[in-house]
This record gives sequence, structure tokens and C-alpha cells, in this order.
Amino acid sequence: MGKEILIHPVTRIEGHAKITIQLDDSGQVSDAIFHVNEFRGFEKFCEGRYYTEMPVITPRICGICPVSHTISSVKACEMIQQIKIPRTAELLRRVIQQAQLISSHALSFFHLSAPDLLLGWDSDPATRNIFGIAEKDPDLGVRGIRLRKFGQEVSERITGKKIHIMGIVPGGMSYALTKENRQAILDWIPEVLETTHMSIDLLKKYHADHTDMVNSFANIESMHMGLIADDGSHELYDGRIRLVAANGDIVADRLNPLDYHQFIQEKPVSWSYLKSFFYKPMGYPDGIYRVGPLSRLNVIDRMKTPQAQKEFEEFRALGQGRPVHGNFYYHYARFIEILAGIEEIEQMMKDPDILSTDIQTHASRNQPEGIGCCEAPRGILFHHYKTDPDGKLNQIDFLIATGQNNPSMNQAILDVARQYVKGDHIEEGALNRVEGAIRCFDPCLSCSTHALGDMPIRIELKNSQGEVIQRIARG
Amino acid sequence: MSKISITINDEPYKVESGQTIMEACKEHNIKIPSMCHFDGLTDVGACRLCLVEIEGQSKLLPSCTTQVEPNQKIRTHSDRLSGHRQMITELFFSERNHVCAVCVANGNCELQDLATEVGMKHVRFPYLFQECEVDASHAMFVIDHNRCIMCTRCVRVCSEVEGAHNWDVKNRGYKVRIISDFDTPWGESESCTSCRKCVEVCPTGSLWSKDKAQGQSKKNPQMIKDLIEKRKVNL
Repeated sequence: MGKEILIHPVTRIEGHAKITIQLDDSGQVSDAIFHVNEFRGFEKFCEGRYYTEMPVITPRICGICPVSHTISSVKACEMIQQIKIPRTAELLRRVIQQAQLISSHALSFFHLSAPDLLLGWDSDPATRNIFGIAEKDPDLGVRGIRLRKFGQEVSERITGKKIHIMGIVPGGMSYALTKENRQAILDWIPEVLETTHMSIDLLKKYHADHTDMVNSFANIESMHMGLIADDGSHELYDGRIRLVAANGDIVADRLNPLDYHQFIQEKPVSWSYLKSFFYKPMGYPDGIYRVGPLSRLNVIDRMKTPQAQKEFEEFRALGQGRPVHGNFYYHYARFIEILAGIEEIEQMMKDPDILSTDIQTHASRNQPEGIGCCEAPRGILFHHYKTDPDGKLNQIDFLIATGQNNPSMNQAILDVARQYVKGDHIEEGALNRVEGAIRCFDPCLSCSTHALGDMPIRIELKNSQGEVIQRIARG
Repeated sequence: MSKISITINDEPYKVESGQTIMEACKEHNIKIPSMCHFDGLTDVGACRLCLVEIEGQSKLLPSCTTQVEPNQKIRTHSDRLSGHRQMITELFFSERNHVCAVCVANGNCELQDLATEVGMKHVRFPYLFQECEVDASHAMFVIDHNRCIMCTRCVRVCSEVEGAHNWDVKNRGYKVRIISDFDTPWGESESCTSCRKCVEVCPTGSLWSKDKAQGQSKKNPQMIKDLIEKRKVNL
């Protein structure tokens, strides 16, 4: 008889999921499957809406990366309108996008992942959270929370709202930046830079103290995909797509995001609402790739800013000429991106055009179809809209980063399960490590399935006859 | 006009005979909530928010269409009326599909303001989730029937101020809908002059301009009220 063990508090991932671990006759792990049992349905219920409403509707998909949805959405609208936006509007969008990335990455590390690292994988689950960190190291805890706040406050100072902002509109921006708000943002920079360097030092020390675990934890090899700027540098807002093989060779370069359907294919699976994606020319499973912070740093040639560049060089050296595959290094990659984000925000705040009030252009529907693409915190994001002659949407497609990472997440769970699940009994620490593998990807399940869900994470252990012999649930 | 004596909320007032109760209250800074009333347009008593208690009358009566009478004792605010107003507001929200977060009028919506004013915390009635059309066929404007509360301000401003009578009403009950011309797509209307008066008087995000995004769609009903007054002067 299987038994159910309930462990509180609720798990630290963004959304709801369960995992099935399959054992063979000898009790060894033979397979692991990541089920996402939420369904959102935005692609369907947005049909019939007027296309310019999408930049307001689609951010409601997610409270962590609403800006990414807004940006991909306005870009799709602007393609339908065949319109160019003023430079200041692009600068402000880039600032808000970087701010959201900082906020999201800070949440991922300090609130979701750091408790495992700083308090221990097997520590008491009741205190294995941001409050536990704040108790153990109050300065770090507060800094982590304030780093996230910085990102949100930047959005608020530009648009008036911290999360579901309203100011990014087709054609540009609704609100111009004021001198006072620019100065307030600049005043934050030294503190958040210091927090980021402290965190990077902390992470490096953890790497040094736990080298074997860090290098072996969910260490899967795959291709990596991400946006790059014209000069090959790190890019979130615009640019072309590069795909790098597991050995570091460039598989495809300067792919136009507007042609995504020619090189990315979606694969529905029966056990999850989350689709799997792969590189079309290579088929499935050969075409499996990863996206997100780790992948972005594996595909680019350089960072745009000096401090981030210095860390980037150290990061790439870890791969010894090959991409850095270890999923644990997602955390390091996130902090390099936070560093870059802070530096870039400071540069843009000092740009003479940033205070301009020339922030919006206007047009109506000039073609039926639009595609918008940008880098969300978790990876490359596409919005694709088709409209009828009145401008009402009749076909919508979202390609979400978490879906693109789905095959790799399954591989990572299998890897960790094989390492930590022994025999027919799972300890809580094993559950936490399997979760930890997922947390490395920082998946956003609410984003990826369009959530009615109320399911916490759940692990089922099945014997070779498919019978559930143990179930561990949280929440 | 002769002056008559009435009592409103236990206070004596001298008001002009022939006035509606709402007009008399407005003159004496007594605010009664309403959605269908619009200064200068014919009142139709559609929304029922402005119902008041009149001594001697068992029924509640709409203040916008009920005239003052000598020695009338009126109560504009009571627990009973507050309960009715809250219920009516909840019924507005339950009848069609109002999703403020993604509405173009979010932050600039009279229905939102009303919900705050009457203290609506949640909707006690089951939502109907009616399937309502979005008509985007007009070159400049959209009518989203999901957000319409059937105040008919658009019908009256188009007929009484613009003189075009593009808008009208079809069906009854919860199936009632605003129509353009003889129920044709707005973009095919032969009577619409694209004057945008209907957009400006619409209290919700039902009628909106395609060139305005959320946060930008600030309507200007005062412009229409001023226009009505100016036209009176010219006549």
C-alpha cells in the first residue's frame, strides 16, 4: 500500500505540477515525467478581441514576467500596424524589461532557490524559505528582498504600477519619465550593485565548497537558444536568434524571429498541458534545446557592460571552450544578467533622450498578421497574432520559454531522481532535490499552459507494474 | 415656474414645480447615484439606481423621471436604498462580462466608480457569462457588448444631440442589445456620422476609440454637456 506524506509549506515554484518517477523491477529509477496540470487557455479565449487589447490582456498570464508578455505583444501589434516607435520609447521599454528581469531573477534566487543553498537541502521545510534566510542572515535576506523591490520600483516610477503596468502601448509608451523619477532610480544603483556582487561572491563560495554536487547536479547536455544583438552581444529586447550545439558549435545563426515557425516546432504530450518544443530541422528528440539565462550566456559573444563582461568571462571559462551545461549554473547566469541589467539601466538613465516626451507614434492596422519576440526572464518568448479585416483576432499562438525547456526539465528530473531516489522509499530531501532541479530552470507554469490549477507539487513513485507505491505531496 | 415646498431627508426645501426629484436634489447638492441619467438628455429611468422613497408610496420611484409635488416627503438615502443600489450594481457585473483588469476604461470607468461608491465587495449573483459580440467594423471605434450596461446614453445622444439616430435597442430582458442602424455592423452604418459623441458619454469601456490604449482612454462627457448647453443658446 502506498502512503501519502504531506509536507508544508507549499513548494517554491511558480505554478503547480506533479512528478512521476518510474521504477524498474530491481527498484531502480527508469523514467521521470514532469506533469503540469494547469490549463490557462489564453490562446483560445482571446480570439475575437481587438488586437490592440492584447498588450493589456496577455500580461495577466503572469505576475512575474508581465513586461515580457507586454513587449512581445506590442511588438506583434506594431508589426500589424507597420509602425516604428520613438527612440525614447524603446529606451524606456528596455529599462522596464531589465527591471523586470532583475526582479524576477532576485525572486527566483532569494525566495525560491537560496533556502536550499543557504539553509541546506535537508533542513526543516517549515523554515526553508525567505524568512529562514532572513533569520539566518538578516542583511542578506533584506538585500534580496530589496533587490527584487528595485526592479518593481523602476517599473512603478516609469508607469505608475509595479506589476501589471499599463504604459507600454502599441506605438511606444504612455508615460514619459520625470527628472525626479530618473534620479530616484539612479540613487538605488549603488545598493543593488553591491547586493549583486555580494550574491555572486556567495554563489562562487558555494560552488567552491560543493564542487562535486554543483558539477553533477542535473548536468544534462543540450543545445542552447537565445537572442543576440547585431554585434553578438547579450540582448533581451530585439535581435536575431542563435542556436548553439552541446559541443559549442553554432548550429544556426542570425535566424529571424519572424520565421520561428520554420525552425521551432511544438509537440503536445499526453501527460501534461505543457507542450514540448524542439528545433524543427533536427526533429525530436535530437532537436531539444534550452532557453533562459544559462542559454543566453552560452550563445552570445559578449556582454554589453564592463562588470557583467568580467563575470561573463569567468562563467564561460567554466565550460572550458564548450557551453556551460550544468543546470546549477543557471543561478550564476541569473546574477550576471542582474549585474548587466543594473549597469544597462544606469547607462540608459543617463542617456540624454530618456526624458524626452516624444514617446508614441500612431497607426492603424496595415497588415493582418504580427509576430513579437523578446527574451523573457525564463527565455525567448513569441507572440503571434492573425487578425480579420476588422482587426479582431482569429488566431493566436504563444511560444513560452518554459515549454521550450520542458524536454530538458524532464531530463534533469530523471538525472536527479537516478542520483537521489533509491529503492521504494523517497525521503523528503530527495523530493526537495528533484524540485531543486526544476527550480534551476525557474519554470513559470502559469505562463506556459495558459491556471485554473490548485495542485501543489506531487511526486508519485510507481513500480514496474505501474502501481503507485508512494506519493509525496506538498501544499 | 412657481416654487413649492418639499422635504428631502427630513430637511425642508423650496424647489421649482415641474422639476424632477433628481434635478431638485442636484440643485441642493444632494447626490443620488445614477448610470443612465445624463444632463441634457431625456431621462428614461433605465438603471434604477436613483430610486428614492416617497412617503405614502409603497413603491420606490426613479428620481430622474418622477416630478416633485407639493409637500412631498422624499428620502434619497436609507439602509433599504443602499441595499437596492448595491444589488443593482452587482447585477450589472453579473449580467455580462466585466473584466476591469484588462478593460480599456480601467481607472476611467463610471461603473467602477459606482461599485466603489455603493461599497460593492463581491457579486452575490451567479454570472451569466453571456456570449457577447465585439464589433470592430467601424474604422475608428469599437463597441464591446460584453461591457455594455444598457444605460442607452449612446442611443439618446445620437438621436437627440447629433440627430443621426444610428443607435437603437433590440430584444428584451438579458438578451437586450444596442444595435447600429437596422442591426448591421457599425462599419456599414449609413446613419453614423463618426462624431464620437456616443463614445464620450458611454460610462464604461463598451464604446471606445481604437487609437486609445488602457490608461489613455479618458472620456470627456463634460464636452457633450457643454455642447448641449451651447446648442440651447444658439437656438
